[in-house]
Amino acid sequence: MAVMSDSTPVTPAADAPTGASTDAAQTGTSRVKRGMAEMLKGGVIMDVVTAEQAKIAEDAGAVAVMALERVPADIRAQGGVSRMSDPDMIDGIIEAVSIPVMAKARIGHFVEAQVLQSLGVDYVDESEVLTPADYANHIDKWAFTVPFVCGATNLGEALRRITEGAAMIRSKGEAGTGDVSNAVTHMRTIRRQIRRLGALETDELYVAAKKLQAPYELVAEVARSGKLPVVLFTAGGIATPADAAMMMQLGAEGVFVGSGIFKSGNPAQRAKAIVEATTFHDDPDVVAKVSRGLGEAMVGINVEEIPQPHRLAERGW
Amino acid sequence: MTTIGVLALQGDVREHLQALTGLGVRALPVRRPTELDACDGLVLPGGESTTIAKLARTFGMFEPLRERLASGMPAFGTCAGLILLADRVEDAAAGQETFGGIDVTVRRNAFGRQVDSFEDDLDFAGLDDPVHAVFIRAPWVEKAGNDVEVLARVGHGPATGRIVAVRQGPLMATSFHPEVGGDTRVHERFVDLVRAV
Repeated sequence: MAVMSDSTPVTPAADAPTGASTDAAQTGTSRVKRGMAEMLKGGVIMDVVTAEQAKIAEDAGAVAVMALERVPADIRAQGGVSRMSDPDMIDGIIEAVSIPVMAKARIGHFVEAQVLQSLGVDYVDESEVLTPADYANHIDKWAFTVPFVCGATNLGEALRRITEGAAMIRSKGEAGTGDVSNAVTHMRTIRRQIRRLGALETDELYVAAKKLQAPYELVAEVARSGKLPVVLFTAGGIATPADAAMMMQLGAEGVFVGSGIFKSGNPAQRAKAIVEATTFHDDPDVVAKVSRGLGEAMVGINVEEIPQPHRLAERGW
Repeated sequence: MTTIGVLALQGDVREHLQALTGLGVRALPVRRPTELDACDGLVLPGGESTTIAKLARTFGMFEPLRERLASGMPAFGTCAGLILLADRVEDAAAGQETFGGIDVTVRRNAFGRQVDSFEDDLDFAGLDDPVHAVFIRAPWVEKAGNDVEVLARVGHGPATGRIVAVRQGPLMATSFHPEVGGDTRVHERFVDLVRAV
């Protein structure tokens, strides 16, 4: 047995490359990709468009930040094609904070994802919030070392993304609205469909897989374990501490907040309050306490008032 | 019955609770000082060390936890938990606090970013077969005091020799995540530590 003693020299030279490009160590494995999401559980990931906002998010206790060009509320207001962020902006955010940095690529835009990987982002969000680049195919996420998170409105969609290599799923909700209703619908749908699978006989799972349009092996795994094989977060319309706490009580393992923080009256305080309400989601006294004196919430848009073609959750399939 | 808490402010709490329950101890999530009182030992899970420290400060866990550590409660930290048990942090976020207790200096995100996260086999002091270790944006121990026992180092590659598991008295910590992957031998060593106190 080769237990090393205290006298083993610490060898890396100052200029030695970091990382683990060794013969035995493996990077980019499923366990490493999915494990990264496990470490984010119980936390809040915040949309930021500048390095200053990223600092505010880190100081408020965010577990990660999501770098994007415009928050969903502005994408909605300004229209046009929305794309991956400027690399300079992403570099600036990576430079500014010590917590993980995620960034969004367009659905199917595998070169944007290659660029984000090369910039050193820690997670890529293949996101319906940006304008899709491919209306038939999503990115082959197995081809990357960087892990991916994808949105889903139901279990079949979640399992198709996992089949393509997603290492984390978030319910889609309806981004940029401040209206939590779609996040609720999507989270309840995913969780209900998982529960139903658990009640099926083995021979019924084949038909269930066909109806879900997902591979049988993955469907059988979910039926056995009673959960997705990857972490499930919520996103899309969360604007208050109570919204975050409700989504956690509905079974989310963590929260993405987009426009809800930096489109509100007091971003630093609201960000901190949402972090605290996420941890203590099952304690109404804490949620009440942190909800006081937050100032204006973002101005909301009722999802029902958005014409069907303008709803982001319907992008992706 | 031996009761071991898992600090449940943020992170991979469930994996630790499962590993501990599988070893036949009572395992409890701990978010409040009263819950800490019920524990014979505490696990500090993987997660975001800055987030966990801030929540511990806001919700009055910081001083009670420091007092329990100072009075000899066994604790085991993985990844973020190693940072939280370290006396000193390199590359800390501005104003980042730790509970401390282990006389080491740790470097955050020492191996690089997520694309550099990796899994590998490691020799671990006192275990016959190597541990399969999962490193996720992991810290390493830059400097260790004389009273710190080194339990594992990186075996090869550019980070060869870097210290990734330590013990000082009743406190244990690893850079990697023994709770991810189903090998409970490292947790077993911690349970033994708790039972020995």
